[in-house]
This record gives sequence, structure tokens and C-alpha cells, in this order.
Amino acid sequence: MNKTINQKAWYFVIPVFVLVAFNAAIPLMTVVNYSFQETFGNNVFAWEGTRWFKQILLSERFHAALGRQFAFTFIILLIQIPLGIAIALTMPKKGWGVPVCLILMSMPLLIPWNVVGAMWNIFALPDIGFLGYTLNSVGFDYNFTQQPGDAWFTTILMDVWHWTSLVVLLSYAGLNSIQPAYYQAAEIDGASRWATFRYIELPKMKKVLTLAILLRFMDSFMIYTEPFVLTGGGPGNTTAFLSIDLVKMALGQFDLGPAAAMSLIYFFIVLLVCWVFYNLMMKNEAQS
Amino acid sequence: MSLELKNVEKKVGIDTHIYPTSLKLEKNTINVLLGSTLAGKTTLMQIMAGLDKPTSGEIWFDGKNVTGTKVQKRNCSMVYQQFINYPNFTVYENIASPLVITGVKTDEIKQRVGKVAELLKLSAMLNKKPDELSGGQQQRTALARALVKDSDLILLDEPLANLDFKLREELREELPKLFEDRDCIVVYATTEPSDALMIGGNTATLLEGEVIQYGKTLEVYNKPENLISAKVFSDPPMNIAEITKKGDNCKFTDNDVQWKSSAKIKDGTYKIGIRPHNITTYKEGNNSVEINGKVQISELSGSESLIHFTNGNLSWVSLSNGTQQKNVGEDTKLYMNTDEFLYFDQNNRLVNNG
Repeated sequence: MNKTINQKAWYFVIPVFVLVAFNAAIPLMTVVNYSFQETFGNNVFAWEGTRWFKQILLSERFHAALGRQFAFTFIILLIQIPLGIAIALTMPKKGWGVPVCLILMSMPLLIPWNVVGAMWNIFALPDIGFLGYTLNSVGFDYNFTQQPGDAWFTTILMDVWHWTSLVVLLSYAGLNSIQPAYYQAAEIDGASRWATFRYIELPKMKKVLTLAILLRFMDSFMIYTEPFVLTGGGPGNTTAFLSIDLVKMALGQFDLGPAAAMSLIYFFIVLLVCWVFYNLMMKNEAQS
Repeated sequence: MSLELKNVEKKVGIDTHIYPTSLKLEKNTINVLLGSTLAGKTTLMQIMAGLDKPTSGEIWFDGKNVTGTKVQKRNCSMVYQQFINYPNFTVYENIASPLVITGVKTDEIKQRVGKVAELLKLSAMLNKKPDELSGGQQQRTALARALVKDSDLILLDEPLANLDFKLREELREELPKLFEDRDCIVVYATTEPSDALMIGGNTATLLEGEVIQYGKTLEVYNKPENLISAKVFSDPPMNIAEITKKGDNCKFTDNDVQWKSSAKIKDGTYKIGIRPHNITTYKEGNNSVEINGKVQISELSGSESLIHFTNGNLSWVSLSNGTQQKNVGEDTKLYMNTDEFLYFDQNNRLVNNG
């Protein structure tokens, strides 16, 4: 039998093309467009080549923001990943405790980001907030609106509170997929609790942990709303992470060219780190 | 050296998983626990290993009461249905792991791992990780880990169940040889009667948490104490019917098929158990009797033919050698080897056991 050739089916793909174009391609190309040109009013553009890119890459302000961003992401990963695994390990595996723990754990994830920022802002206010007042009354000189160290402490604490649950839930899912026979086998071998964790649980959780680290890296590297509401990037510029700095440049100063160039650099950094990390983690998996 | 269970019972909540069980397993024996899923094989093994505590009863090993002793303090090893290995260790490291933990010297580890690896044909893949291996090789690695330790007690919990047919056959033949000259007690749990026959040694038939019979495998097979044991140890399922005996003459209650029996039992009604391979499409033995059947299902399994047939109220299975193609619905003649019949009294106890 001959196949009928009918290319009309391609029309079905059109909605997807349109959607992706509006969603991703057109906005991205706008940014690319801005990044190579100087913008004047009335849609007047002048070609600038790679000038904005050079300017951003050489600017001290960008270096500082990038440094703060990496420091922040590194610190919260360092806290959230081990803490998340530790909490997942102590969670019950059966009985009524399971749904209770799971619901409690999901709570912070359900709260809108700006609400989290506002909550923590009030919570940490040195004169009336529960956290701020308590810290001050037990003798700490705590004021996150004025002291950079305190601002960092509060931002990190807030992020840990908000996002550790995600790591917990992923780790918990990973742990639950390990067959009981593995634990028995380790017990029969006489393996210690640490050895069981190191040689059974951790390798078995490798994939979900890779995912958790990737997600937490991306989210924390692009964090905006919560520190914006909490500290607004201050005091000074001490908590102005990349996205806060970017918004300042784009909307505050209306430097659209440099801001567009910075967006693209930002985007490529996220992409690059994710790609390198994923490939490193999955290097051995690929062979099998 | 022996492992003795004395009135061991296991209850979880209101459910009884193991009814009071007494078993004595001797040194240098392979003991098969035969029973369907949920018969309590795994629970029993976990109690033997010390992974689980019995609700009541005692476990004695080598003349010592080890009931409360934890698994780490006992010298035993276990192989599971799933292929359990340390995922990021190489095969070598996996096999060596129990020795490393107990602090054996590196030279000795090397030598012992090498020996076991050779025995299990793993020498060529010592540097590979478990997920680079086939299922059969992964299970060999798990077996090697169990063997390298020189355990007093080796527990194998359906080790071949997840392997494909060919690998299963291969490993099943090797298994008894692996344990031949070892000073240990081997316990092997399986759902397959053919596994038990292939492995030999002793067999305990289990049903719903109860050990029905324990003894030499062939004895349990040929002379099941009762109907339940016979059923557990029969695959395809045993054919059962009611008969009446008068003098030497026996007759089915449900039809007119008759035969002469030399069984030294009183006249009366009995239940009879006929293994499927004793009903064939050809005559076997000197005292075969013909029976008519209407074919329900006819299937080939390897070089054997399974024919499910009905005769009046009886719905039976026959197993013949060779490929005997029958059509569904066809009336056919089959032959029963009456010498192999098992006679059970009204309490389901075997009566022709002499």
C-alpha cells in the first residue's frame, strides 16, 4: 500500500511555535537587540557593538554583585543541602507521622515569595519584631536594616527557612525508594550507621540530590523578591544580589543597553554553571 | 554446629506471621524453605538471621541461645531476590566489604576475594560497578559477598526469582556445588518445587506461616506426610479426587475408572493425589489406567506438554514429555500411572507410605 503524503499535519505545530515565540524567543531577542545598541527615545537606536558587554564585564559594580551572589548561593547550598538530608533522615517512614511531616514541610513552599519577605521583615525588626526584639533583649546588637552582617544573616536565615523543605522533600523521596533489603544487607555486613549512609543512602540519593542542588542553585542565584522586600538590597549595596542590581540598572537608571548585556551575561553564567555541574555529576552514570 | 528453632512464633499486631515452629538444621546441609508468597519464608529467615526477633520461642546456634543476639554479632550472610550490592563500589570492593569491616588484612582479602570471584566467574569484571553488570552477574556478586565471609549461616531468599530463565537454570545448577565443601548451614527460600528438587538437601514445606513438613527433599516429595505438603510440593498443582477402595479394587467416586491397588490400606473412602506428570498421553509403568478427558487448555512448556482436561466433575492437569499437540475441546485418552498415586485418609494424612 502506498502512503499518502499529507504535509498539512505540520499546521498543528503552529500554536506551539507561536507560544514559544511569544514566551521565549521574542523577549530574548528584544534583550539581545538592546544589548548591542544605544537606545534613545522615540525608538531611535544606535549600534554599539560589544561595548555594553565590555563595560559590564569590566565594571567593579558587576564584579561586586556577582561576588555577593556567589557567596550567597554557596552559603545557602552549604546549609540547605546537609540540613535537608539530615531532616529527611529523621523523618518517619510509616505511620501517622508521615503525612504530618510532609504537610509541615511543604508549608513554607506554599507561601508567596513577597509574603515571605514581608513576614521576615516584620519578624526581624529590631524594635518590634519577635526575632529582632528577642536578639536585642538577650544582648546581641542586632539591626538588619543598618548592619551588613545582620542583613546577610537574616537573608540567609529566611532563605533556609523558605527553601530547605524542598531539599527535605526530594531527599525523603530518594530515601524512600531504597529497598529495605539494602539496609538489612548492610546490617548483616556489620556496617556502621555512617557507612550505611555513606555507601548506600548517599549513592542512592545521588540523582535527587543533583536535582535538588541544581534547583536550589538556579533559584538562589536568581533570587529577587525576598531580599528586595526584606532589605531592598541594603544597607548600602551589601545585599544587592545580581537580580536586584540588574533591576536597579534597568528600571532605576534606565540604562537599558548595559542592563540587557548584564541580563545575557547573567543568563549564560546560570546556564554554564548548571551545565558543568550536571555533567560532572552524571559523568559516571553515562557509562552504564 | 546446628541451628535450632524452638517453638518460634512471630506475631505482628493480631496477625500471626509464623505459627509456633520447631526446626533443627544441621551443619553442612542445604535446607530449602518451599512455599508460595506470604508463606512466611522471608520472616523465618529474618528470625534465623537475627534481623527480626520472634514474639516467643528460642533460637539456638551451636549449642548457644542466640535469641536476642543482633545480626552483627552473628556470623551469617544473606542474598536477596533483588540484587543488593553497594552501588558505588566496584565488584571487588563489594565482595571485599564484609571482610574490610571485620578488619581482615589486605593480603588475605585479596586472596579470598580472588578465590570467590573465580568460583563465581567474576574475575574478569572485578573493576566494574554493579550497574554495569547484567542481572546474573549482579546476583553472582551478591552471592560472592555472602560466600567470602565464611559464614556459619547463609540465607538465600529467592535468589533466582528476578533472573531470566536461562540464567536461573545456570545458577541453579551451580548453587549446590558452591556450598559443597563449606562448614555452614545454607537456607534457601523458593516458591518453585523444581528448585527444591534440583538443589536437594532438606526441604521444609510451608503454608501460611506454618511449617508443614521437614525432611530429606526426596522423602518430602515422594512421601508427603499430608495433602497440604503434597500440594505445596507440586507444580503444576496436584490433581485430587475422592475414591473408594474395596479389597484390591479402587474406583473414583466421580466416574467409573477403576484400578487395582496394592496399597496396604483398609477398605473405605480416601482422597487421592496424582502428580500431573503421572497422567500422560502415553502408557507409563506396569499398572497404568486409561482415563477419558476433554481438553480445556493445551500448552507447550519447553519440551513438555501441559494438558488441562475435564472428566465429569474433575478438572485436572496432565504433564507429558515431548510435544503432544491437542485441540481444545477434543476428547482424548490419557493414562494414569497408578503406582505413583498418593492415598490420603479423611484427615488428609498419607496412608500408603510403606
